[in-house]
Amino acid sequence: MVGIVIVSHSGKVAQGVKEIAMQMADEKLKMVAAGGLGDGSIGTDAAAVYNAVMEADSGEGVLVTADLGSAVLSAETALSMLGEKLKSRVAIADAPVVEGTIAAAVTASSGAPLADVKAAAEEARDARKLE
Amino acid sequence: MDAMETVTAAINKNRDFLTELDRSIGDADHGINMARGFNAVMEKLESSPPDSLQQGLKSVAMTLISTVGGASGPLYGTAFLRCSKIAQDKSTVDSELASLMLNEAVNGIKSLGKASAGDKTMVDALEPAAKAFDASYKSGCGLLSCLQSSCKAAREGVEYTKTIAAKKGRASYLGDRSIGHQDPGATSSAIILEAITEYCKKTG
Ligand SMILES: [Mg+2]
Repeated sequence: MVGIVIVSHSGKVAQGVKEIAMQMADEKLKMVAAGGLGDGSIGTDAAAVYNAVMEADSGEGVLVTADLGSAVLSAETALSMLGEKLKSRVAIADAPVVEGTIAAAVTASSGAPLADVKAAAEEARDARKLE
Repeated sequence: MDAMETVTAAINKNRDFLTELDRSIGDADHGINMARGFNAVMEKLESSPPDSLQQGLKSVAMTLISTVGGASGPLYGTAFLRCSKIAQDKSTVDSELASLMLNEAVNGIKSLGKASAGDKTMVDALEPAAKAFDASYKSGCGLLSCLQSSCKAAREGVEYTKTIAAKKGRASYLGDRSIGHQDPGATSSAIILEAITEYCKKTG
């Protein structure tokens, strides 16, 4: 099953998004929240994202969802530090972090491959909420 | 690696200034972020002293990407990581190595940040700085003099950022309203270069 890593400037946001998404996901899905800095301040930590990716991978790859700005840069920096083999099965979704993570979690839970999980997250970007 | 002490002191001294710059066109955290990052670097270098230049630069890079928190963390982290790769087995930095490092640092920042000159980012200070360094180096100047030319170019780059609109980062949400303000990232880049230059001047 594809794992998911949530990167946010806030530890609480990353954890909260994980809680919402896990309500709809298979319990075997590995989802890791990587938000905030080690001392609890607002920010993103590429080393924490790196460790989260290692933890979320069970051999079928990992999708990373990120909020904005440095979250994306930290995710890219973390990916650049991964070994070639793992790097080839990790992707960053160009998606809103809440809706994208939920869509990815549902799709990953069905056993879909990384490309489908990423596409599901990215489709969430265009989902209308009113009418 | 002692130069990091001078850099950290300069960042701490300019902490509030950098934060004020970021308050005008960003989220008012650049000085706080940079100070947190470089103070963590000092702690790291003191608690586990590196046994080579390469290891020291890598340690600076990894600490910055973990502790700065904003976009400048991965960006400066990548810059120091590139420098560490270039350092290989060298133990001191001469003009040739400094030129390679500066250019690699700029390449790293540009490729991660997907920024070019004119986007109102640290690239606007660092790219002219690297070019000025190389021009001085080619004309036969020593390390200190090359660094001084690069600082001058970096400061001119910072001034230039006042005249343009931001295309990257949070300031880009402001569009033309960012004109008139100097870029915090370009400013911290110039401060770091100036501190390294000051260190070279002190130690000869
Ligand atoms: Mg900021």
